Amino acid sequence: MTTTTETAPRALRHYGKLALLVAVALVMGYPLLWLISSSFKPESLIFTEPGLIPDQFTLSNYIEGWNKLGLPFGAFLLNSVIICLLAIVGNLFSCSLAAYAFARLKFPFSKFAFALMLATLMLPFHVTILPQYIVFQRLGVVNTIVPLVLPKFFAVDAFMVFLLVQFIRGIPRDLDQAAEMDGCNRYQIFWYIIFPVCRPALVLVAIFTFLWTWNDFFAQLIYLGSLENYTAPLALNLFIDATSGESAWGMLFAMSVITLLPLFVLFMLFQRQIAEGIATTGLKG
Amino acid sequence: MPWRRPSGGEGRSAFVFLLPWLIGIVFLTTLPMVGSFVLSFTNYDLLSTPHWVGLQNYERMMFYDPRYIKSLEVTTTYVLVSVPLAVAVALVIAVALSKQTRSANTFRSIFYLPSLLGGSVAIGVLWRQIFGSTGLVNMVLGGLGFQTTSWIGDPRYALWTLILLHVWQFGAPMVIFLAGVRQIPKDIVDASVMDGASPVQRFFRITLPLLSPLILFNLVMQTITAFQAFVPAYVISNGSGGPVDSTLFYTLYLYLEGFRNFHMGYAMAMAWVLLAIIAVFTAISFYASRFWVYYES
Repeated sequence: MTTTTETAPRALRHYGKLALLVAVALVMGYPLLWLISSSFKPESLIFTEPGLIPDQFTLSNYIEGWNKLGLPFGAFLLNSVIICLLAIVGNLFSCSLAAYAFARLKFPFSKFAFALMLATLMLPFHVTILPQYIVFQRLGVVNTIVPLVLPKFFAVDAFMVFLLVQFIRGIPRDLDQAAEMDGCNRYQIFWYIIFPVCRPALVLVAIFTFLWTWNDFFAQLIYLGSLENYTAPLALNLFIDATSGESAWGMLFAMSVITLLPLFVLFMLFQRQIAEGIATTGLKG
Repeated sequence: MPWRRPSGGEGRSAFVFLLPWLIGIVFLTTLPMVGSFVLSFTNYDLLSTPHWVGLQNYERMMFYDPRYIKSLEVTTTYVLVSVPLAVAVALVIAVALSKQTRSANTFRSIFYLPSLLGGSVAIGVLWRQIFGSTGLVNMVLGGLGFQTTSWIGDPRYALWTLILLHVWQFGAPMVIFLAGVRQIPKDIVDASVMDGASPVQRFFRITLPLLSPLILFNLVMQTITAFQAFVPAYVISNGSGGPVDSTLFYTLYLYLEGFRNFHMGYAMAMAWVLLAIIAVFTAISFYASRFWVYYES
Protein backbone atom coordinates (compact mmCIF):
# COMPACT_ATOMS: atom_id res chain seq x y z
CA MET A 1 0.00 0.00 0.00
CA THR A 2 2.66 2.47 1.05
CA THR A 3 4.82 1.47 -1.92
CA THR A 4 2.19 2.52 -4.46
CA THR A 5 1.62 5.89 -2.85
CA GLU A 6 5.36 6.40 -2.82
CA THR A 7 6.12 5.32 -6.39
CA ALA A 8 3.43 7.44 -7.99
CA PRO A 9 4.90 10.80 -6.97
CA ARG A 10 8.38 9.47 -7.67
CA ALA A 11 7.47 8.59 -11.26
CA LEU A 12 5.75 11.94 -11.55
CA ARG A 13 8.85 13.67 -10.29
CA HIS A 14 11.01 11.69 -12.69
CA TYR A 15 8.92 12.60 -15.73
CA GLY A 16 8.49 16.15 -14.49
CA LYS A 17 12.25 16.50 -14.29
CA LEU A 18 12.69 14.94 -17.71
CA ALA A 19 10.09 17.26 -19.21
CA LEU A 20 11.87 20.25 -17.67
CA LEU A 21 15.22 19.13 -19.07
CA VAL A 22 13.81 18.47 -22.53
CA ALA A 23 12.08 21.87 -22.53
CA VAL A 24 15.27 23.66 -21.49
CA ALA A 25 17.30 21.69 -24.04
CA LEU A 26 14.88 22.66 -26.81
CA VAL A 27 15.01 26.34 -25.93
CA MET A 28 18.80 26.19 -25.58
CA GLY A 29 19.45 24.25 -28.74
CA TYR A 30 16.90 25.89 -31.01
CA PRO A 31 18.86 29.06 -31.88
CA LEU A 32 21.89 27.04 -32.96
CA LEU A 33 19.86 24.59 -35.02
CA TRP A 34 17.94 27.47 -36.55
CA LEU A 35 21.24 29.17 -37.45
CA ILE A 36 22.42 26.07 -39.28
CA SER A 37 19.12 25.49 -41.02
CA SER A 38 18.77 29.14 -42.05
CA SER A 39 22.20 29.11 -43.63
CA PHE A 40 20.84 26.59 -46.14
CA LYS A 41 17.63 28.50 -46.85
CA PRO A 42 17.13 31.01 -49.63
CA GLU A 43 17.18 34.55 -48.20
CA SER A 44 13.43 35.08 -48.55
CA LEU A 45 12.53 32.02 -46.49
CA ILE A 46 14.71 32.95 -43.49
CA PHE A 47 12.26 35.68 -42.53
CA THR A 48 9.09 33.76 -43.05
CA GLU A 49 9.92 30.29 -41.84
CA PRO A 50 10.74 29.60 -38.22
CA GLY A 51 10.86 25.84 -38.87
CA LEU A 52 14.08 23.88 -38.98
CA ILE A 53 13.67 21.82 -42.14
CA PRO A 54 14.18 24.06 -45.17
CA ASP A 55 11.51 23.81 -47.88
CA GLN A 56 14.13 24.75 -50.40
CA PHE A 57 17.68 23.68 -49.80
CA THR A 58 20.42 25.88 -51.24
CA LEU A 59 24.18 26.28 -50.98
CA SER A 60 24.18 29.74 -52.53
CA ASN A 61 24.66 31.44 -49.15
CA TYR A 62 27.91 29.58 -48.69
CA ILE A 63 29.13 30.19 -52.24
CA GLU A 64 28.24 33.88 -52.36
CA GLY A 65 29.22 34.58 -48.76
CA TRP A 66 32.63 33.01 -49.27
CA ASN A 67 33.53 35.61 -51.89
CA LYS A 68 31.61 38.59 -50.53
CA LEU A 69 34.39 40.54 -48.83
CA GLY A 70 36.91 41.00 -51.64
CA LEU A 71 39.05 38.19 -50.30
CA PRO A 72 37.81 34.62 -50.09
CA PHE A 73 36.63 33.81 -46.58
CA GLY A 74 39.28 31.08 -46.46
CA ALA A 75 41.94 33.78 -46.19
CA PHE A 76 40.43 35.01 -42.91
CA LEU A 77 40.09 31.48 -41.60
CA LEU A 78 43.75 30.86 -42.45
CA ASN A 79 44.78 33.98 -40.53
CA SER A 80 42.81 32.75 -37.52
CA VAL A 81 44.41 29.30 -37.79
CA ILE A 82 47.93 30.73 -37.96
CA ILE A 83 47.36 32.92 -34.90
CA CYS A 84 45.82 30.00 -33.00
CA LEU A 85 48.66 27.61 -33.81
CA LEU A 86 51.35 30.10 -32.80
CA ALA A 87 49.44 30.90 -29.60
CA ILE A 88 49.22 27.18 -28.79
CA VAL A 89 52.95 26.62 -29.36
CA GLY A 90 53.73 29.67 -27.22
CA ASN A 91 51.49 28.62 -24.36
CA LEU A 92 52.67 24.99 -24.34
CA PHE A 93 56.29 26.11 -24.24
CA SER A 94 56.19 28.97 -21.76
CA CYS A 95 53.47 27.79 -19.39
CA SER A 96 54.88 24.30 -18.94
CA LEU A 97 58.36 25.66 -18.16
CA ALA A 98 57.00 28.05 -15.53
CA ALA A 99 54.66 25.41 -14.11
CA TYR A 100 57.53 22.96 -13.63
CA ALA A 101 59.52 25.53 -11.67
CA PHE A 102 56.51 26.44 -9.49
CA ALA A 103 55.55 22.83 -8.84
CA ARG A 104 58.94 21.22 -8.32
CA LEU A 105 61.85 23.58 -7.72
CA LYS A 106 62.94 25.49 -4.65
CA PHE A 107 63.99 29.05 -5.31
CA PRO A 108 64.09 32.33 -3.43
CA PHE A 109 60.78 34.20 -3.26
CA SER A 110 58.97 31.19 -4.73
CA LYS A 111 55.87 31.80 -2.62
CA PHE A 112 55.76 35.45 -3.58
CA ALA A 113 56.23 34.63 -7.28
CA PHE A 114 53.45 32.04 -7.15
CA ALA A 115 51.09 34.45 -5.39
CA LEU A 116 51.91 37.07 -8.02
CA MET A 117 51.10 34.57 -10.77
CA LEU A 118 47.75 33.75 -9.12
CA ALA A 119 46.95 37.44 -8.65
CA THR A 120 47.21 38.02 -12.40
CA LEU A 121 44.31 35.56 -12.81
CA MET A 122 41.89 38.24 -11.68
CA LEU A 123 43.46 41.14 -13.51
CA PRO A 124 41.18 42.63 -16.18
CA PHE A 125 43.26 42.55 -19.34
CA HIS A 126 42.22 46.12 -20.15
CA VAL A 127 44.67 47.37 -17.55
CA THR A 128 47.61 45.94 -19.46
CA ILE A 129 46.40 45.88 -23.04
CA LEU A 130 46.20 49.67 -23.44
CA PRO A 131 49.85 50.34 -22.50
CA GLN A 132 50.89 47.20 -24.38
CA TYR A 133 49.24 48.68 -27.43
CA ILE A 134 51.30 51.85 -27.07
CA VAL A 135 54.52 49.82 -26.81
CA PHE A 136 53.68 47.67 -29.82
CA GLN A 137 52.74 50.78 -31.74
CA ARG A 138 56.15 52.31 -30.95
CA LEU A 139 57.80 49.08 -32.10
CA GLY A 140 55.90 49.41 -35.36
CA VAL A 141 54.22 46.00 -35.17
CA VAL A 142 50.60 47.12 -34.93
CA ASN A 143 48.72 45.68 -37.90
CA THR A 144 50.74 42.48 -37.73
CA ILE A 145 50.04 39.33 -35.74
CA VAL A 146 53.06 39.91 -33.47
CA PRO A 147 51.14 41.62 -30.61
CA LEU A 148 48.56 38.82 -30.63
CA VAL A 149 51.06 35.98 -30.56
CA LEU A 150 54.25 37.19 -28.88
CA PRO A 151 52.81 37.47 -25.32
CA LYS A 152 51.87 33.78 -25.43
CA PHE A 153 55.57 32.89 -25.43
CA PHE A 154 55.92 34.62 -22.05
CA ALA A 155 53.36 32.70 -20.03
CA VAL A 156 50.84 35.52 -19.67
CA ASP A 157 47.90 33.08 -19.47
CA ALA A 158 48.05 32.46 -15.74
CA PHE A 159 45.14 30.01 -15.98
CA MET A 160 47.26 27.69 -18.07
CA VAL A 161 50.24 27.92 -15.71
CA PHE A 162 47.96 27.21 -12.76
CA LEU A 163 46.36 24.22 -14.49
CA LEU A 164 49.78 22.73 -15.26
CA VAL A 165 51.10 23.40 -11.73
CA GLN A 166 48.15 21.48 -10.31
CA PHE A 167 48.79 18.63 -12.70
CA ILE A 168 52.55 18.41 -12.07
CA ARG A 169 51.95 18.43 -8.30
CA GLY A 170 49.93 15.27 -8.80
CA ILE A 171 52.77 13.43 -10.53
CA PRO A 172 54.62 11.16 -8.05
CA ARG A 173 58.03 12.52 -7.13
CA ASP A 174 59.45 8.99 -7.34
CA LEU A 175 59.42 9.44 -11.07
CA ASP A 176 61.73 12.47 -10.92
CA GLN A 177 63.93 10.79 -8.35
CA ALA A 178 64.35 7.64 -10.40
CA ALA A 179 65.42 9.76 -13.34
CA GLU A 180 67.85 11.65 -11.13
CA MET A 181 69.40 8.40 -9.96
CA ASP A 182 69.90 7.55 -13.61
CA GLY A 183 71.86 10.77 -13.96
CA CYS A 184 69.31 13.09 -15.49
CA ASN A 185 69.69 16.79 -14.78
CA ARG A 186 66.65 18.99 -14.24
CA TYR A 187 66.33 19.96 -17.87
CA GLN A 188 66.36 16.32 -18.89
CA ILE A 189 63.86 15.44 -16.16
CA PHE A 190 61.56 18.14 -17.44
CA TRP A 191 61.89 17.22 -21.08
CA TYR A 192 61.96 13.42 -20.85
CA ILE A 193 59.76 12.79 -17.80
CA ILE A 194 57.46 15.66 -16.82
CA PHE A 195 56.61 17.03 -20.25
CA PRO A 196 55.47 13.67 -21.70
CA VAL A 197 53.60 12.70 -18.52
CA CYS A 198 51.76 16.04 -18.64
CA ARG A 199 50.21 15.22 -21.96
CA PRO A 200 46.56 15.22 -20.81
CA ALA A 201 47.02 18.66 -19.24
CA LEU A 202 48.94 19.93 -22.25
CA VAL A 203 46.13 18.80 -24.53
CA LEU A 204 43.76 20.82 -22.36
CA VAL A 205 46.02 23.88 -22.57
CA ALA A 206 46.10 23.51 -26.35
CA ILE A 207 42.30 23.15 -26.58
CA PHE A 208 41.55 26.17 -24.41
CA THR A 209 44.18 28.29 -26.09
CA PHE A 210 42.57 27.43 -29.40
CA LEU A 211 39.03 28.19 -28.17
CA TRP A 212 39.93 31.55 -26.63
CA THR A 213 42.15 32.67 -29.46
CA TRP A 214 39.63 31.64 -32.09
CA ASN A 215 36.88 33.55 -30.28
CA ASP A 216 39.02 36.51 -29.27
CA PHE A 217 37.77 39.78 -30.68
CA PHE A 218 38.93 42.77 -28.63
CA ALA A 219 42.67 42.26 -29.19
CA GLN A 220 42.22 41.38 -32.86
CA LEU A 221 40.00 44.42 -33.30
CA ILE A 222 42.61 46.84 -32.00
CA TYR A 223 45.69 45.23 -33.51
CA LEU A 224 44.60 44.12 -36.98
CA GLY A 225 43.82 46.98 -39.30
CA SER A 226 43.88 45.80 -42.89
CA LEU A 227 41.68 43.33 -44.68
CA GLU A 228 44.53 40.95 -45.63
CA ASN A 229 45.32 40.18 -42.01
CA TYR A 230 41.74 40.11 -40.76
CA THR A 231 40.70 37.04 -38.81
CA ALA A 232 37.39 35.20 -39.14
CA PRO A 233 35.63 37.14 -36.31
CA LEU A 234 36.73 40.50 -37.75
CA ALA A 235 35.58 39.44 -41.20
CA LEU A 236 32.19 38.40 -39.82
CA ASN A 237 31.82 41.74 -38.13
CA LEU A 238 32.81 43.54 -41.33
CA PHE A 239 30.15 41.52 -43.11
CA ILE A 240 27.44 43.25 -41.10
CA ASP A 241 28.54 46.66 -42.36
CA ALA A 242 29.52 45.54 -45.85
CA THR A 243 26.14 44.05 -46.62
CA SER A 244 24.30 47.12 -45.35
CA GLY A 245 21.60 46.23 -42.91
CA GLU A 246 19.35 43.26 -43.05
CA SER A 247 19.80 42.18 -46.62
CA ALA A 248 22.35 39.40 -46.34
CA TRP A 249 21.52 37.34 -43.29
CA GLY A 250 21.77 34.11 -45.25
CA MET A 251 25.38 34.71 -46.21
CA LEU A 252 26.24 36.02 -42.78
CA PHE A 253 24.75 32.89 -41.23
CA ALA A 254 26.60 30.63 -43.62
CA MET A 255 29.95 32.22 -42.71
CA SER A 256 28.98 32.15 -39.01
CA VAL A 257 28.40 28.42 -39.26
CA ILE A 258 31.83 28.02 -40.85
CA THR A 259 33.58 29.94 -38.06
CA LEU A 260 31.71 27.96 -35.41
CA LEU A 261 32.50 24.63 -37.06
CA PRO A 262 36.07 24.20 -35.71
CA LEU A 263 34.83 24.92 -32.17
CA PHE A 264 32.05 22.42 -32.61
CA VAL A 265 34.36 19.71 -33.94
CA LEU A 266 36.81 20.29 -31.10
CA PHE A 267 33.95 20.04 -28.63
CA MET A 268 32.80 16.75 -30.11
CA LEU A 269 36.30 15.28 -30.02
CA PHE A 270 37.32 16.45 -26.56
CA GLN A 271 34.04 16.79 -24.66
CA ARG A 272 35.23 14.84 -21.63
CA GLN A 273 38.56 16.63 -21.32
CA ILE A 274 36.91 20.03 -21.69
CA ALA A 275 34.28 19.30 -19.05
CA GLU A 276 36.84 17.88 -16.63
CA GLY A 277 39.17 20.79 -17.22
CA ILE A 278 36.41 23.24 -16.36
CA ALA A 279 35.32 21.27 -13.33
CA THR A 280 38.79 20.98 -11.82
CA THR A 281 40.20 24.39 -12.56
CA GLY A 282 37.19 26.62 -13.06
CA LEU A 283 38.40 27.66 -16.49
CA LYS A 284 35.73 29.68 -18.17
CA GLY A 285 34.10 28.06 -21.16
CA MET B 1 73.11 4.34 -0.82
CA PRO B 2 71.36 7.43 0.48
CA TRP B 3 69.54 9.27 -2.26
CA ARG B 4 70.76 12.79 -2.80
CA ARG B 5 69.42 15.69 -4.82
CA PRO B 6 71.72 16.81 -7.63
CA SER B 7 73.99 19.26 -5.91
CA GLY B 8 73.12 22.94 -5.86
CA GLY B 9 72.00 25.12 -8.69
CA GLU B 10 68.32 24.57 -8.04
CA GLY B 11 67.75 28.29 -7.82
CA ARG B 12 69.68 28.77 -11.02
CA SER B 13 67.73 26.18 -13.00
CA ALA B 14 64.49 27.54 -11.55
CA PHE B 15 65.52 30.90 -12.96
CA VAL B 16 66.05 29.34 -16.38
CA PHE B 17 62.65 27.64 -16.29
CA LEU B 18 60.96 30.81 -15.09
CA LEU B 19 62.72 33.12 -17.53
CA PRO B 20 59.85 33.38 -20.07
CA TRP B 21 57.34 33.95 -17.27
CA LEU B 22 59.60 36.52 -15.59
CA ILE B 23 59.99 38.46 -18.82
CA GLY B 24 56.22 38.31 -19.23
CA ILE B 25 55.38 39.40 -15.70
CA VAL B 26 57.86 42.31 -15.87
CA PHE B 27 57.47 43.56 -19.43
CA LEU B 28 53.93 42.53 -20.32
CA THR B 29 52.20 42.89 -16.94
CA THR B 30 53.99 44.94 -14.28
CA LEU B 31 55.60 47.69 -16.35
CA PRO B 32 52.48 48.15 -18.50
CA MET B 33 50.48 48.45 -15.27
CA VAL B 34 52.82 51.12 -13.94
CA GLY B 35 52.67 52.82 -17.32
CA SER B 36 48.91 52.75 -17.49
CA PHE B 37 48.61 54.03 -13.93
CA VAL B 38 50.87 56.98 -14.66
CA LEU B 39 49.23 57.69 -18.01
CA SER B 40 45.80 57.65 -16.38
CA PHE B 41 46.77 61.06 -14.94
CA THR B 42 47.53 62.48 -18.37
CA ASN B 43 45.90 63.46 -21.61
CA TYR B 44 47.30 61.21 -24.28
CA ASP B 45 46.10 60.90 -27.87
CA LEU B 46 48.69 58.32 -29.04
CA LEU B 47 50.48 60.96 -31.15
CA SER B 48 51.58 63.99 -29.15
CA THR B 49 53.42 63.74 -25.84
CA PRO B 50 51.14 62.97 -22.92
CA HIS B 51 50.64 65.89 -20.60
CA TRP B 52 49.89 65.79 -16.94
CA VAL B 53 46.36 66.64 -15.87
CA GLY B 54 46.36 65.24 -12.35
CA LEU B 55 43.03 63.80 -11.24
CA GLN B 56 41.13 65.36 -14.12
CA ASN B 57 40.35 62.04 -15.88
CA TYR B 58 38.95 60.59 -12.68
CA GLU B 59 36.98 63.74 -11.93
CA ARG B 60 35.54 63.77 -15.42
CA MET B 61 34.48 60.17 -15.00
CA MET B 62 32.72 60.79 -11.73
CA PHE B 63 31.16 64.20 -12.29
CA TYR B 64 31.18 65.35 -15.90
CA ASP B 65 30.61 62.34 -18.12
CA PRO B 66 27.00 61.16 -18.27
CA ARG B 67 27.96 58.49 -20.85
CA TYR B 68 30.42 57.02 -18.40
CA ILE B 69 27.82 56.94 -15.63
CA LYS B 70 25.41 55.36 -18.09
CA SER B 71 27.94 52.67 -19.03
CA LEU B 72 28.49 51.95 -15.36
CA GLU B 73 24.76 51.67 -14.82
CA VAL B 74 24.27 49.41 -17.85
CA THR B 75 27.14 47.13 -16.86
CA THR B 76 26.08 46.91 -13.22
CA THR B 77 22.53 46.01 -14.23
CA TYR B 78 23.90 43.40 -16.60
CA VAL B 79 26.12 41.86 -13.92
CA LEU B 80 23.60 42.00 -11.08
CA VAL B 81 20.81 40.39 -13.11
CA SER B 82 22.55 37.97 -15.42
CA VAL B 83 25.15 36.50 -13.06
CA PRO B 84 22.80 35.35 -10.26
CA LEU B 85 20.29 34.11 -12.87
CA ALA B 86 22.88 32.12 -14.78
CA VAL B 87 24.32 30.64 -11.58
CA ALA B 88 20.85 29.74 -10.27
CA VAL B 89 19.86 28.03 -13.51
CA ALA B 90 23.22 26.24 -13.59
CA LEU B 91 22.64 24.98 -10.05
CA VAL B 92 19.11 23.73 -10.64
CA ILE B 93 20.04 21.98 -13.88
CA ALA B 94 23.17 20.46 -12.33
CA VAL B 95 21.12 18.99 -9.49
CA ALA B 96 18.56 17.66 -11.99
CA LEU B 97 21.40 16.02 -13.94
CA SER B 98 23.16 14.59 -10.91
CA LYS B 99 22.63 10.95 -11.84
CA GLN B 100 25.34 9.88 -14.24
CA THR B 101 23.26 8.32 -16.98
CA ARG B 102 23.70 8.46 -20.71
CA SER B 103 20.78 10.86 -21.10
CA ALA B 104 22.29 13.09 -18.40
CA ASN B 105 25.53 13.23 -20.37
CA THR B 106 23.66 14.15 -23.55
CA PHE B 107 21.83 16.95 -21.74
CA ARG B 108 25.11 18.13 -20.24
CA SER B 109 26.61 18.46 -23.72
CA ILE B 110 23.61 20.35 -25.09
CA PHE B 111 23.61 22.75 -22.15
CA TYR B 112 27.34 23.27 -22.25
CA LEU B 113 27.68 24.01 -25.95
CA PRO B 114 26.39 27.63 -25.81
CA SER B 115 29.04 28.50 -23.19
CA LEU B 116 31.69 27.29 -25.55
CA LEU B 117 30.41 29.19 -28.56
CA GLY B 118 28.82 32.12 -26.75
CA GLY B 119 31.70 34.57 -26.75
CA SER B 120 32.11 34.46 -30.50
CA VAL B 121 31.10 37.08 -33.00
CA ALA B 122 29.03 34.46 -34.84
CA ILE B 123 26.74 34.08 -31.83
CA GLY B 124 26.49 37.86 -31.55
CA VAL B 125 25.39 37.93 -35.17
CA LEU B 126 22.83 35.19 -34.49
CA TRP B 127 21.47 37.04 -31.46
CA ARG B 128 21.24 40.23 -33.44
CA GLN B 129 19.03 38.53 -35.98
CA ILE B 130 16.94 36.59 -33.46
CA PHE B 131 15.96 39.76 -31.60
CA GLY B 132 15.91 42.05 -34.62
CA SER B 133 12.68 43.41 -36.05
CA THR B 134 12.43 40.62 -38.65
CA GLY B 135 13.98 38.07 -36.32
CA LEU B 136 13.04 34.66 -35.08
CA VAL B 137 11.44 35.92 -31.86
CA ASN B 138 9.11 38.23 -33.76
CA MET B 139 8.33 35.53 -36.29
CA VAL B 140 7.14 33.29 -33.46
CA LEU B 141 5.39 36.05 -31.51
CA GLY B 142 3.75 37.38 -34.67
CA GLY B 143 2.64 33.90 -35.64
CA LEU B 144 1.00 33.53 -32.24
CA GLY B 145 -0.75 36.85 -32.69
CA PHE B 146 1.30 38.91 -30.25
CA GLN B 147 2.57 42.42 -30.73
CA THR B 148 6.09 42.53 -32.19
CA THR B 149 8.82 45.10 -31.76
CA SER B 150 12.51 45.45 -32.54
CA TRP B 151 13.96 44.08 -29.33
CA ILE B 152 17.49 45.28 -30.02
CA GLY B 153 16.28 48.58 -31.45
CA ASP B 154 14.28 49.54 -28.39
CA PRO B 155 16.28 51.00 -25.49
CA ARG B 156 13.84 49.42 -23.04
CA TYR B 157 14.61 45.88 -24.17
CA ALA B 158 18.08 45.88 -25.79
CA LEU B 159 20.01 45.22 -22.58
CA TRP B 160 17.66 42.37 -21.68
CA THR B 161 18.46 40.51 -24.89
CA LEU B 162 22.12 40.63 -23.81
CA ILE B 163 21.21 39.41 -20.34
CA LEU B 164 19.34 36.54 -21.95
CA LEU B 165 22.43 35.76 -24.01
CA HIS B 166 24.49 35.54 -20.83
CA VAL B 167 21.97 33.31 -19.08
CA TRP B 168 21.90 31.11 -22.18
CA GLN B 169 25.54 30.40 -21.41
CA PHE B 170 25.01 28.82 -18.00
CA GLY B 171 26.91 25.70 -19.09
CA ALA B 172 30.32 26.55 -17.63
CA PRO B 173 29.12 27.05 -14.03
CA MET B 174 26.83 24.04 -14.51
CA VAL B 175 29.82 21.79 -15.23
CA ILE B 176 31.51 22.99 -12.04
CA PHE B 177 28.34 22.34 -10.01
CA LEU B 178 27.98 18.89 -11.58
CA ALA B 179 31.45 17.94 -10.38
CA GLY B 180 30.47 19.19 -6.90
CA VAL B 181 27.10 17.40 -6.80
CA ARG B 182 28.79 14.12 -7.67
CA GLN B 183 31.17 14.50 -4.73
CA ILE B 184 28.40 14.75 -2.13
CA PRO B 185 28.90 11.64 0.03
CA LYS B 186 26.23 9.09 -0.72
CA ASP B 187 25.80 8.03 2.92
CA ILE B 188 24.67 11.52 3.91
CA VAL B 189 21.98 11.44 1.22
CA ASP B 190 20.99 7.87 2.14
CA ALA B 191 20.76 8.73 5.82
CA SER B 192 18.50 11.69 5.09
CA VAL B 193 16.23 9.51 2.94
CA MET B 194 16.01 7.05 5.85
CA ASP B 195 15.06 9.95 8.10
CA GLY B 196 12.24 10.78 5.72
CA ALA B 197 13.60 14.01 4.24
CA SER B 198 11.72 15.15 1.15
CA PRO B 199 13.68 16.02 -2.00
CA VAL B 200 13.05 19.70 -1.35
CA GLN B 201 14.38 19.39 2.19
CA ARG B 202 17.37 17.47 0.91
CA PHE B 203 18.10 20.21 -1.62
CA PHE B 204 18.03 22.98 0.97
CA ARG B 205 19.58 21.10 3.89
CA ILE B 206 22.25 19.01 2.17
CA THR B 207 22.93 19.93 -1.45
CA LEU B 208 22.85 23.69 -1.05
CA PRO B 209 25.15 23.95 2.00
CA LEU B 210 27.61 21.43 0.57
CA LEU B 211 27.71 23.29 -2.73
CA SER B 212 27.94 26.75 -1.20
CA PRO B 213 31.73 27.07 -1.73
CA LEU B 214 31.15 26.37 -5.43
CA ILE B 215 28.28 28.86 -5.54
CA LEU B 216 30.67 31.50 -4.21
CA PHE B 217 33.34 30.46 -6.71
CA ASN B 218 30.94 30.59 -9.65
CA LEU B 219 29.47 33.93 -8.57
CA VAL B 220 32.90 35.50 -8.26
CA MET B 221 34.27 34.10 -11.53
CA GLN B 222 31.11 34.96 -13.46
CA THR B 223 31.08 38.47 -12.02
CA ILE B 224 34.68 39.08 -13.05
CA THR B 225 34.02 37.96 -16.62
CA ALA B 226 30.63 39.70 -16.88
CA PHE B 227 32.16 43.06 -15.93
CA GLN B 228 34.49 42.64 -18.88
CA ALA B 229 31.84 41.56 -21.42
CA PHE B 230 32.44 43.19 -24.77
CA VAL B 231 31.74 41.11 -27.87
CA PRO B 232 27.94 40.73 -27.63
CA ALA B 233 27.35 44.43 -26.99
CA TYR B 234 29.79 45.41 -29.73
CA VAL B 235 28.27 43.13 -32.34
CA ILE B 236 24.62 43.68 -31.48
CA SER B 237 24.89 47.46 -31.32
CA ASN B 238 27.28 47.71 -34.27
CA GLY B 239 29.99 49.02 -32.01
CA SER B 240 27.91 51.98 -30.83
CA GLY B 241 26.43 50.78 -27.55
CA GLY B 242 23.05 51.98 -28.76
CA PRO B 243 20.13 52.42 -28.94
CA VAL B 244 20.52 55.54 -26.78
CA ASP B 245 23.51 53.99 -24.99
CA SER B 246 21.31 51.25 -23.56
CA THR B 247 23.97 48.62 -24.33
CA LEU B 248 27.00 50.81 -23.73
CA PHE B 249 28.99 48.26 -21.73
CA TYR B 250 31.90 49.51 -19.67
CA THR B 251 34.57 47.91 -21.85
CA LEU B 252 32.79 49.06 -25.00
CA TYR B 253 32.92 52.66 -23.82
CA LEU B 254 36.55 52.15 -22.83
CA TYR B 255 37.27 50.89 -26.34
CA LEU B 256 35.44 53.81 -27.95
CA GLU B 257 37.23 56.38 -25.81
CA GLY B 258 40.66 54.81 -26.25
CA PHE B 259 40.66 53.68 -29.85
CA ARG B 260 38.02 55.78 -31.58
CA ASN B 261 38.34 59.10 -29.76
CA PHE B 262 42.04 58.56 -28.86
CA HIS B 263 41.47 59.55 -25.24
CA MET B 264 44.06 57.01 -24.11
CA GLY B 265 44.64 58.57 -20.71
CA TYR B 266 40.93 58.56 -19.98
CA ALA B 267 40.59 54.96 -21.15
CA MET B 268 43.41 53.94 -18.83
CA ALA B 269 41.75 55.67 -15.91
CA MET B 270 38.61 53.71 -16.79
CA ALA B 271 40.61 50.47 -16.80
CA TRP B 272 41.93 51.23 -13.31
CA VAL B 273 38.48 52.00 -11.97
CA LEU B 274 37.30 48.70 -13.49
CA LEU B 275 40.09 46.91 -11.66
CA ALA B 276 39.03 48.63 -8.43
CA ILE B 277 35.36 47.75 -8.97
CA ILE B 278 36.20 44.10 -9.58
CA ALA B 279 38.47 44.03 -6.53
CA VAL B 280 35.77 45.57 -4.34
CA PHE B 281 33.11 43.16 -5.63
CA THR B 282 35.39 40.21 -5.00
CA ALA B 283 36.27 41.42 -1.52
CA ILE B 284 32.61 41.95 -0.63
CA SER B 285 31.73 38.48 -1.94
CA PHE B 286 34.42 36.86 0.17
CA TYR B 287 33.49 38.89 3.25
CA ALA B 288 29.78 38.13 2.87
CA SER B 289 30.56 34.48 2.24
CA ARG B 290 31.41 34.04 5.93
CA PHE B 291 27.69 34.23 6.61
CA TRP B 292 26.47 31.73 4.06
CA VAL B 293 29.26 29.53 2.78
CA TYR B 294 29.59 26.27 4.63
CA TYR B 295 33.02 24.67 4.86
CA GLU B 296 33.46 21.18 6.15
CA SER B 297 36.23 21.24 8.68
